[in-house]
Amino acid sequence: MIRVVLPPHLRTLANVRGEVTLDVKGQITQRSVLDALETRYPMLSGTIRDHVTQQRRPFLRFFACEQDLSNELPDRPLPDAVVSGTEPFLIVGAIAGG
Amino acid sequence: MSGVRVLVGTRKGAFTLTSNEKRDQWDVSGPHFGGWQIYHMKGSAVDSNRLYASQYSDWFGQLIQRSDDGGKTWQPVGNKFVYDGVPGTHKWYDGTPHPWEFKRVWHLEPSLTDPDTVYAGVEDAALFRSTDAGQTWSELPGLRTQGSGDLWQPGAGGMGLHTIVLDPSHPDRMFIAISAAGVFRTDDSGKTWRPMNHGLKAPYLAESTPEVGFCVHHLAMHPSRPNVLFMQLHWDVMRTDDGAESWQEVSGNLPTDFGFPIEVHAHEPDTIYVVPIKSDSEHYPPEGKLRVYRSRKGGHEWEALSKGLPQSDCYVNILRDAMAVDLLDSSGVYFGTTGGQVYGSFDDGDSWTAIVRDLPAVLSVEVQTLP
Repeated sequence: MIRVVLPPHLRTLANVRGEVTLDVKGQITQRSVLDALETRYPMLSGTIRDHVTQQRRPFLRFFACEQDLSNELPDRPLPDAVVSGTEPFLIVGAIAGG
Repeated sequence: MSGVRVLVGTRKGAFTLTSNEKRDQWDVSGPHFGGWQIYHMKGSAVDSNRLYASQYSDWFGQLIQRSDDGGKTWQPVGNKFVYDGVPGTHKWYDGTPHPWEFKRVWHLEPSLTDPDTVYAGVEDAALFRSTDAGQTWSELPGLRTQGSGDLWQPGAGGMGLHTIVLDPSHPDRMFIAISAAGVFRTDDSGKTWRPMNHGLKAPYLAESTPEVGFCVHHLAMHPSRPNVLFMQLHWDVMRTDDGAESWQEVSGNLPTDFGFPIEVHAHEPDTIYVVPIKSDSEHYPPEGKLRVYRSRKGGHEWEALSKGLPQSDCYVNILRDAMAVDLLDSSGVYFGTTGGQVYGSFDDGDSWTAIVRDLPAVLSVEVQTLP
């Protein structure tokens, strides 16, 4: 199972507490994880990635295993520790606004 | 009629203020969607339990929320706003072409007859419609492609379609306003549009009488007289008596004719309200005195209404969608400030009371008159 940590506002929107766990088919990439997340929680569509371009929203970052994966290609495999469920995939809101 | 529900959108969440017809005791509910900007909330005219809210965050973008129980519970509905076709460019602040990009929903206008139909005015300026209670949205592209879109330019707050006025006696007619493009009218339910800006002045443009480019701030109509509209322009308060074919200035003796909201009394079509603001670079009341101005003659002659409002050291602003009236026999007038106060008057504006004082900055105020 893939573990995903959402920022607090998106946890409220999706009506979840703590981490989300997802059963993701195929290769584990940013795209496949976010596709699975949006399929299970359709209210999150458009809040992490732009509906049309599928680009990450500019004030959000993707972290895992103490690495900033925000600018990695969306189809690049995520680290093994994320694939195995040892480490979560973190979606983090940028510090902005003081 | 049993009471009113005031829908308040703020920079950090939504609030509802509810009272019976006396409007002397208020129940305050919120914040709903805490931490999110609520640009606008509005209820259906034919189903008072059906509410729509525009919820926005710089981090997470646009959401639309719908309530089917008068705001007790909400559910997120469709938030996919995609322009029809290749949207092309409009003018940027410096006059250069800039690609059309969806940013947020400024205004939601439910249909006058169908609770599942609602219009959304968005930035960058375009009009969308949902006929399934907000689940899916389609652009009415005839507005954006009307022919002048490449000349539209953002105002300081962005290029938003912020005002949608539905004509109750001509179901196919509606008026919209865009900053800074102007007023447009459709007579065929949004298929085709005409710019309706004859008589407006735009000292910030090089051309003296352009077809578009006007920083219209807000429009108001009394439903009994749909050919008469009132406008708060960037500078100037204007009036049309012919369905926006031509506009005349009615600023009269206002201390300043800059401002944002304008409203019409619920039962007196010639009684209108504005809140003068010092200037376009000083967004606060003149002399630090918060005063609503009322004309009982459809403009030209205005009187200051200050009883109950702060008359010293007041430097708040009142945004374009932050004023509304209820439909009770003794009609209430309401407005919200960027200082977080929501004021109400239940004697046509002669005196005012703060219903709440310490909300986040108020972005919008709408009122439902409850059965």
